[in-house]
Amino acid sequence: MSVEPSATAPSLPSGLVAFVKRECPTCTLVAPVLARLAREAELTVFSQDDPSFPPGTRIVDDESLEYSWHHGIETVPTLLRIRDGRIVGRAVGWHRGDWEALTGVGGLGPELPEWRPGCGSLSVDPDRQAELLVRFSGSRLHARRVELAELEDEHEAMFARGWSDGLPLVAPTEDRVLRMLEGTTRRPDSVVAVVPPDLIECSVEKVAINAVMAGCKPEYLPVVLAAVEAACTDQFNMHGVLATTMPVGPVIVVNGPIRRAIGMNPGMNVFGQGNRANLTIGRALQLVVRNVGGGRPGEVDRATHGNPGKIAFCFAEDEEGSPWTPLSADFGAAPGTNTVVLFTGEGPRAIVDQLSRDPESLSRSLSASLRTLHHAKLVMAFDCLLAIGPEHARVFRQAGWSKEKVVARLHELLQISGSELVRGAGGIAEGIPAHLAGSTLPKFRPGGLRLVHCGGAAGQFSMMIGGWVSGASGSEPVMKEIRP
Amino acid sequence: MSTNGTSRRILLDPTSERRPAMRARVARLPSLRGKTVGLLDISKPRGDVFLDRLETLLHAHGVATLRFCKPTFTKPAPVDLRHEIATRCDAVIEALAD
Repeated sequence: MSVEPSATAPSLPSGLVAFVKRECPTCTLVAPVLARLAREAELTVFSQDDPSFPPGTRIVDDESLEYSWHHGIETVPTLLRIRDGRIVGRAVGWHRGDWEALTGVGGLGPELPEWRPGCGSLSVDPDRQAELLVRFSGSRLHARRVELAELEDEHEAMFARGWSDGLPLVAPTEDRVLRMLEGTTRRPDSVVAVVPPDLIECSVEKVAINAVMAGCKPEYLPVVLAAVEAACTDQFNMHGVLATTMPVGPVIVVNGPIRRAIGMNPGMNVFGQGNRANLTIGRALQLVVRNVGGGRPGEVDRATHGNPGKIAFCFAEDEEGSPWTPLSADFGAAPGTNTVVLFTGEGPRAIVDQLSRDPESLSRSLSASLRTLHHAKLVMAFDCLLAIGPEHARVFRQAGWSKEKVVARLHELLQISGSELVRGAGGIAEGIPAHLAGSTLPKFRPGGLRLVHCGGAAGQFSMMIGGWVSGASGSEPVMKEIRP
Repeated sequence: MSTNGTSRRILLDPTSERRPAMRARVARLPSLRGKTVGLLDISKPRGDVFLDRLETLLHAHGVATLRFCKPTFTKPAPVDLRHEIATRCDAVIEALAD
C-alpha cells in the first residue's frame, strides 16, 4: 500500500533513526549494534512492540505504529538518516556495509554475519491494515457515520435505510472507502458533479462510498467518476432520463486501454452476467443517482416498465477485434484515450441474421429490424446504439466497408414513405401527423445511429439498443475522458 | 470490519445527507373570481388541446388566464419561467403527460 506524504505525519528527530520490533530475530541480532550507535552517534529507536527494546538506546514507544505508518516503514530493522526532518539515507534489514556507510561508524557488529534480511513491519501487517488505515487516514472522510446497533443485521440495515437497488450491498465501512479512494488521485472532498434530480454537489468520497456498496474494486473508481460526470451534464439530462415513463437508463460504453487493465468484458455475453467490472461500474452510477441525487423508482423515476439494465448497464467495446475505429472516436477522442460514452438506452434486442454473407444483404437485414425500434411507425424521435457482433462485422470487414459506409447505407435503407407512417396507416392509430403523408422521412436523425463492436466470436447476431427522446430536447450521448 | 480497534460497526452514509426544507403551503384561494390562473403546457402532445378547453371554462367563470410553455417536457421548467408564473399568477394548472 502506498502512503501518501502527509502534512500531519509526526516528524522524525535529526540524526539516525531506527525502526525495530523485538519479535524480529534480525532486530534482536542487531540490538548490540544499536546500543553502540546510541553511544557513538545520535540515534533514536522507534520500537513497535516493546518500549524497553533494545536496551541501552533512546527509545520512542511506537506501539501505536503512528511513526511507522506515516513514514512508510515496510521492514524492520530500517535505519534512516534524518536531516531537517527529511530522510536522506536508508538501510533496510542488516547489512554491515550499508550500515557503516549510513552511520559513518566502522567495525559494526564484528561478531554478526555480513547480512541478514529483516522482517515485516507491524505497520504493514495485513491483519492490521483496516484498523490502521481508519486510525491514520479516517479524518480524510467527511460523510456522516452511521453506527449499527449490536443486534442489527448489516445487510438488513442497509436495505432498511433505503440505500439498495434491491440487491445486497457491500457495507461501506471506513476502511473499505479509504481503500476505494486509493483508486484515484482526486481529493476525497473535491466535487465530481451536481447530481440530479435533487441537484446535489457530489464529492469523490460519496462516489467512492457508493462504489464500495456496488462491489467495485478501487481501480474501477476512475471509470465510475467519469460516468457520474457524463450522466450529470445538461446534454445527457439524467433528470429527464429518470422521470420518463419510457424504459431507459444510462448505458455506459468504455473505450481505451483501461478496459483490459481492469478486466472488463467486451466479448462473450457482453451484456450479460459474470463480469465484475462491467456490472459493478454500471451499478455504482445508478447507486450514486439513487442515493446522492435522490432518483428513486416511484418517486422521480416514473418508468412504466423500466428494464433490467437500470440496475447496471456498462460494457467495453471490443476494439481489438473491430474493423473500425472505436465509438469514442465518433465523439472526437484520440486513439488510446480512456473514455466513457453514455447513451440513454433501453434493454438490448437481438437482430438475428445467420445467412447474409454480403454487406448489402446484411445492411438490408439490419435496417429491417432497426425500422421497428420503439415502433415501426415512429421516426426521428429516438436514437439507436447498434452493437454489431463480430460475425456480422466480419461480413463488412471482408467487403471493405468502413463504419461510415455502413452507417450511410443503413440511413439510405431507412428512408420511409410518410404514407406508411401516418396515423391510421396499416389500421394502426399510432403514427405521425397526417400532413406528412407525402414526405419521405428517415428513421433516425443524422448522428442518431451509432455503431459499437462487441460480443462473442460465434453467433451471427447484432443487438440494437433503443434510445429516448433524442437531441437537445431530450438526451444527447455524452463522452468523458477517464482521468486517474 | 473492525473500526478503531473495537467491535463497533460504522458505515459511511452514501446519501446526500440533505434535510429538505419544510415550507408551509400557500393558503387555498377562497374563489377564482377576479384571479389570474397560469396555464402551463409542458410541451407534450395535445397539452394545448387540454389547456384550450380549460381556458374556455375559466373565462366563462370570469377568471383571467395566462399561458406558459416549458421549452421541453424532458427537463424541469427553467427558473425564470417558474419565477414569472409565481409573480404573475394566483394559481397555476399544469398539463402533465399526454
